[in-house]
Amino acid sequence: MAKHRGRGVATINYPIGMNLGGDPSQALVHSNPSGKFTVALSSIDLGQGMKSVTRQICAETLGVPVEDVYVDTADSDTGPHCMGSFASRGTHRVGNAVMAAAREARAVMMEAAAEELEVDPGDLETDGKGSIRVKGAPHRSISVRDVAVAAQFRQGRTISGRGIFLVPLSDVNPETGEMSPATCYAHACLIAEVEVDDETGDVTVLKMTSAYEVGRALNPKLVEQQLVGGSWMGMSHALYETPEPYYPDTREGPRDFNEYLMPGPGDICPHDILVLERPAPDGPFGAKGPGEMCANPVLPAVANAVFNAVGVRINDLPITPEKILRALKARGGAASAARPR
Amino acid sequence: MLELRKDIFADERDDNLKEVGQPTQRQDMLGHVTGTSPYYDDHRFGNLLHLKLLRSPHAHARIRSIDDSAAARAPGVKRIIRGADVPVNLNTLLSLIQFGKDDEPSLATDVVRYKGEPILGVVATSERAALEALALVRVSYDPLPAVFDVEEALKPGAVSVNAAYPKNTFEYYGKYDHQKLRFGDVEAGFAHSDVVLEERYQMSPIEHAPTETNGSIAVPDTNGRFIVYTSTQALFFSLDTAAKINAMQSNQLHFIGGTVGGGFGGKVDTLTEPLSILAARLTGAPVRHRLSRHEEMQFGSPRGAERIYIKDGVKRDGRIVARKVTAYFDSGAYTRLSSYAAVKCAAHIPGPYTIQNVSADVYCVFTNRTPATAMRGFGVTALDFALECQMDKLAVAIGMDPLEFRILNAYRDGDMKAHRREAKNCALIECAQVAAEKAHWPLGDEYRRMSSRQGGGAARTGGADRTRAPAPAAPAAPARPSTPQRVSYERPAAAAPVTAPAPPPRSAPPPPAASPGGSTHGAPRFSSVFGTRRR
Amino acid sequence: MKTPIQFRLNGEEVAAFVESGANLLDVLRETVGDLSVKGGCWQGTCGTCTVLVDGAPRLSCLTLAEACAGKSIESVAGLRRGADLHPLQNAFMERFAAQCGYCTPGMLMAAKALLDRNPAPTREDVVDAICGNICRCTGYEPIIQAVLDAARGDNRRRA
Repeated sequence: MAKHRGRGVATINYPIGMNLGGDPSQALVHSNPSGKFTVALSSIDLGQGMKSVTRQICAETLGVPVEDVYVDTADSDTGPHCMGSFASRGTHRVGNAVMAAAREARAVMMEAAAEELEVDPGDLETDGKGSIRVKGAPHRSISVRDVAVAAQFRQGRTISGRGIFLVPLSDVNPETGEMSPATCYAHACLIAEVEVDDETGDVTVLKMTSAYEVGRALNPKLVEQQLVGGSWMGMSHALYETPEPYYPDTREGPRDFNEYLMPGPGDICPHDILVLERPAPDGPFGAKGPGEMCANPVLPAVANAVFNAVGVRINDLPITPEKILRALKARGGAASAARPR
Repeated sequence: MLELRKDIFADERDDNLKEVGQPTQRQDMLGHVTGTSPYYDDHRFGNLLHLKLLRSPHAHARIRSIDDSAAARAPGVKRIIRGADVPVNLNTLLSLIQFGKDDEPSLATDVVRYKGEPILGVVATSERAALEALALVRVSYDPLPAVFDVEEALKPGAVSVNAAYPKNTFEYYGKYDHQKLRFGDVEAGFAHSDVVLEERYQMSPIEHAPTETNGSIAVPDTNGRFIVYTSTQALFFSLDTAAKINAMQSNQLHFIGGTVGGGFGGKVDTLTEPLSILAARLTGAPVRHRLSRHEEMQFGSPRGAERIYIKDGVKRDGRIVARKVTAYFDSGAYTRLSSYAAVKCAAHIPGPYTIQNVSADVYCVFTNRTPATAMRGFGVTALDFALECQMDKLAVAIGMDPLEFRILNAYRDGDMKAHRREAKNCALIECAQVAAEKAHWPLGDEYRRMSSRQGGGAARTGGADRTRAPAPAAPAAPARPSTPQRVSYERPAAAAPVTAPAPPPRSAPPPPAASPGGSTHGAPRFSSVFGTRRR
Repeated sequence: MKTPIQFRLNGEEVAAFVESGANLLDVLRETVGDLSVKGGCWQGTCGTCTVLVDGAPRLSCLTLAEACAGKSIESVAGLRRGADLHPLQNAFMERFAAQCGYCTPGMLMAAKALLDRNPAPTREDVVDAICGNICRCTGYEPIIQAVLDAARGDNRRRA
């Protein structure tokens, strides 16, 4: 009749984008008459922040403040094709498409500004605050707004751009499995600390510590949202969730949230998260996508922590109190696993 | 809660950015906190109709007869929809990228293959009227034997689940019932190992459980087109799927979405759009098709269960020399996306580690349960669970710290991966080091000095087993372990005291071999062994 | 056969004809047109549809519309006063306490019910107040922090 503590670790990587590639995304960027930009997409925001991240990428590439960019999605009449939001592809594929479109729009904008200022486009820079100025002579400047007016009403230029990003589809060798699954991978290490009650089989996750390498954290708050929310879902998969509690027997499937269990706000634990950035050569500003891998390492880390705590291995998910008690009984009791530290 | 370790890999980054890297407020946050973010169902039409489906109570049955006459006369009912009304009543999602055979009806006509499979739809003036009408439909079934276990489904003589794939597996390349991965010679690797560990892992199906269930509203537009407000995660994917099933041109459909109450992979399957559109066409009115929570939970596609067998061979110096994986994806009654997941799983093997002998067989198996689909981590989540539990067991078996064991085996820039691509842009080691430091998990100095950018490629093979055949062995019968699960990491009582083995000697890596392409990594060495060319 | 009922919604008098047995969630969304109330399960197990009825948090999917005649109902559409957001709304924004946003209306109402009766809640009080509201995205921590921030009258973003 005791509670035992244990720690477990998992290290993983995660492929970015649809396996084998072949999953394009497109974007259109255009300015309205007063120099405010719209990004037209058909990409989907499930909550992962698609609209927000693409907005920042566009603003950075155009060289304008983020308040001057709005992302409009998803409408099949106005948004160009995007394969969809899955496989951690959004930031990488859509982000790159938005960058390409924004680059083209920026090039037109700079040419229009150059014509107004009577300089070469190469002599100009954006100040990121809504103006375009001559490098080294910042008093010679023009607002993006005035450039937009001039371009559309005097010069006959459209400040707009199109972008597509495609990782070409890879073949797969049927005999060897040789293939190019992805162009970049994100990484993670997660350490979970648990307490196991050897009388009830209950597992309490006490603490998580993790390090995630995401290429570039385009928006640290959105990355944090994914990593915190994902680790909760990982804990949920590890300890709670199943629509078939007696799989492969299909009986007793849950019909509502009273029967389909997930941890509540009283079950969460502190989580120290560290973020590393090793830019992907082909990621937008080096970014990869954290949206899926954030749940994965929790499952084995918790299983390994349970072993460290009470010496039993549960190889079937979810790790329920019933499974722990059966394993403890088979083992003849709990014992913290001896391991070199 | 979150700390950015900007110091690591700083030399590879230009952090001089204005908008990128900022914790800018979300574009949609104000809409979320005011309840004004427009989900698909936040549109109202005066004459909205509601579609609800009759679903099979049997896992596998022949439909003998359907009598919908009482339902058709029920109050509020505008239309009954049957399989014969669906213009193209057989599809598979990945037909859009020419992968797989059409195997799934929108409405079953003669056979039902999972409990909950839709048979008939009622379109009525309210959900209540539709549900009450459904209760009046009389269907008689001849129940058939069903199979629920993936390995049972693969045995000769097993119940055949899916008419397009009578042997209960997806067909790859027109000749294999699984996806193979073959790199090196695992049997030779096992023969040279000090410890061999064989384990079985089972991942449960998982319900996506987004707070917003799957749904769509199809609305006849003024110009003969149809506007579809949808919860889909993939706008054009769903549009094209719905167009195919309805035998419509893609530009007759105007899909609007983009704000979804959680997806996690469960809103790719286009579960509601094809029939909401069909119902709108047949009635001339806007029609909402929305899954109830019970439908979402039991009949909306889950993450598929996966059964994974891993056999590893490791040497006492800590190196894993051989890894063999057999994995079974439980696709349920129809393919949906599991065919793709099996390939993605094979692509993920053996995990972020450099192992010179790797073999895998990954199956997509059909059983009489709700068809599975993608979920967060598709093709990878269950495998990572199995791999990382396995890594822990291996470390214990050879008496090594679990994190040091992973760092030792971690892939580094320039290592050759099992699918014959060079590892690049690696960072597993640094993640392990950083997490260990924060969690006060002690690591030996040796391991704290290791780096993803050093020691990969040509320097890698020093000291490890090099036994490899130049060509893979002839394909054997699919591996099915006949012995019960071994728990070989349990030390016998009389074992010698456990001491951590000395880390393998690490002399300075030899200068990388020059190659005509100027590559300084190990690729030329490996490709010359196998006679293959790296793309 | 429909019954006429009248109630106050976010301070405004509202009248509706409702089917007998209709639930408040469907009446608010379908009949009255308050789309700020969201439906997650229609089974009373997820809390997404939470509104306040005479100040108490109620699952609108399990609340008989007819039983609300003459009562005062609050939904998230009524939280802001003109252009000014409620402190809870500000706090949720500052703490990034929403991702898909679908649970947010119900979560805000559950939190408001707490703060209206207990202006100085402990973390345990907050957890208790929102434990009937499922969130699938955030992992709850930012929501708990946001409610505590709002209680403290401090809506500045924390590090």
